[in-house]
Amino acid sequence: MDSNQAKQHNLLGSEAASERTLYPYVTGSSVVAIKYKDGILMAADMGGSYGSTLRYKSVERVKPIGKHSILGASGEISDFQEILRSLDELILYDNMWDDGNSLGPKEVHSYLTRMMYNRRNKFNPLWNSLILGGVKNGQKYLGMVSMIGVNFEDNHVATGFGNHLARPILRDEWHENLSFEDGVKLLEKCMRVLLYRDRSAVNKLQIAKITEEGVTISQPYALKTFWGFAAFENPTVGAEGSW
Amino acid sequence: MTKQQANWSPYDNNGGSCVAVAGADYCVVAADTRMSSGYNILTRDYSKICKLADKCVMASSGFQADVKALQKLLAARHLIYQHQHNKQMSCPAMAQLLSNTLYYKRFFPYYSFNVLGGLDSEGKGCVFTYDAVGSYEKVGYSSQGSGSTLIMPFLDNQLKSPSPLLLPALDAVTPLSESEAVDLVKTVFASATERDIYTGDKLEIVILNAEGIRREYMELRKD
Repeated sequence: MDSNQAKQHNLLGSEAASERTLYPYVTGSSVVAIKYKDGILMAADMGGSYGSTLRYKSVERVKPIGKHSILGASGEISDFQEILRSLDELILYDNMWDDGNSLGPKEVHSYLTRMMYNRRNKFNPLWNSLILGGVKNGQKYLGMVSMIGVNFEDNHVATGFGNHLARPILRDEWHENLSFEDGVKLLEKCMRVLLYRDRSAVNKLQIAKITEEGVTISQPYALKTFWGFAAFENPTVGAEGSW
Repeated sequence: MTKQQANWSPYDNNGGSCVAVAGADYCVVAADTRMSSGYNILTRDYSKICKLADKCVMASSGFQADVKALQKLLAARHLIYQHQHNKQMSCPAMAQLLSNTLYYKRFFPYYSFNVLGGLDSEGKGCVFTYDAVGSYEKVGYSSQGSGSTLIMPFLDNQLKSPSPLLLPALDAVTPLSESEAVDLVKTVFASATERDIYTGDKLEIVILNAEGIRREYMELRKD
């Protein structure tokens, strides 16, 4: 007679007592990044969604890490903040050695991979897809880590919907030694497609650049969009009575 | 109607195929370089092959994060072995270590399908094939991964070994020359690429022989 009550049986025991991550709450949408002539370019919009509500509109989802890296994240924002706190501690201890050495992007990426994988092993994942890019001693590096620890590096990477919409564009148009202007144009093309087709994207983004000289994260700005298609005007022509 | 809940699996299949063939005085280990997730290609240039010791190379496909963790673990154990025994681990020794390491996680397995290839202490080629929980056997050739169902029957046709049940035990290694074995591996991957969506992009071949280790690459179809 209790057929209306959904009994949630899971192997992890009583849900009320569980302190593991079950689902994400406030989430960020895609991040897209490419290698270009002088370093890495990374773009992400500034939205923080609470399910289908756009709750936060000024979330910075790309942050500098140490002297040589930038980290972009999609997924649960609070987990991203936790990761930033852990990395802050990592960089701090690295600085405290005061030996002239500093953690490069490859090292930070490895640290992140281990962190994500170990959380997955404990069945309590950090619900993020991370992109780590940087330059050290002239060597450019761009890598990705998923929430279960899958990681790889490539010349262009993206998270979430970016994999479906941006990667194909990048596979076609990315080439070695892109200039800064061309790189930004390419990233904006990807972000525009995401804006048109990804429900969780917002039109307020930042593009971050990292080179041997250092990190620059742009001020938030909006992309120009075009909606003046003939088919959008008088949409009911040809189907009178519809709306 | 219950609220739709996000759910996550601790496993993913990042695809790809691995092959190893043992010869009288060489061993060929090969794998494609495509890394996928579902219907997406994550990258076309990811190596699934890892050198564990001077004469011992492992190719693994499956869940990449588990594969990476496994490779790191075995590399660390090999370093300790070198410190303790002042020598490299032999291929059969590494084979046993891999089996034990996999079984250690019998109740939360490494989703990793491995072939181990190398030279034994007499310089003869040896190949060991594994399942995800460490069950293994020494064979003359093997394939694992998403294309293994396509590759294995073809290898059986070309390289059929004598039965391991025969007494006295007959040699399992192939009588083919090194270049013939490499050609066979290239053919086998070109075929698997046609029909397995997770296999393709590029083929990485590692050849171990008395002179050392050599690497070759071949382009595969990218669709």
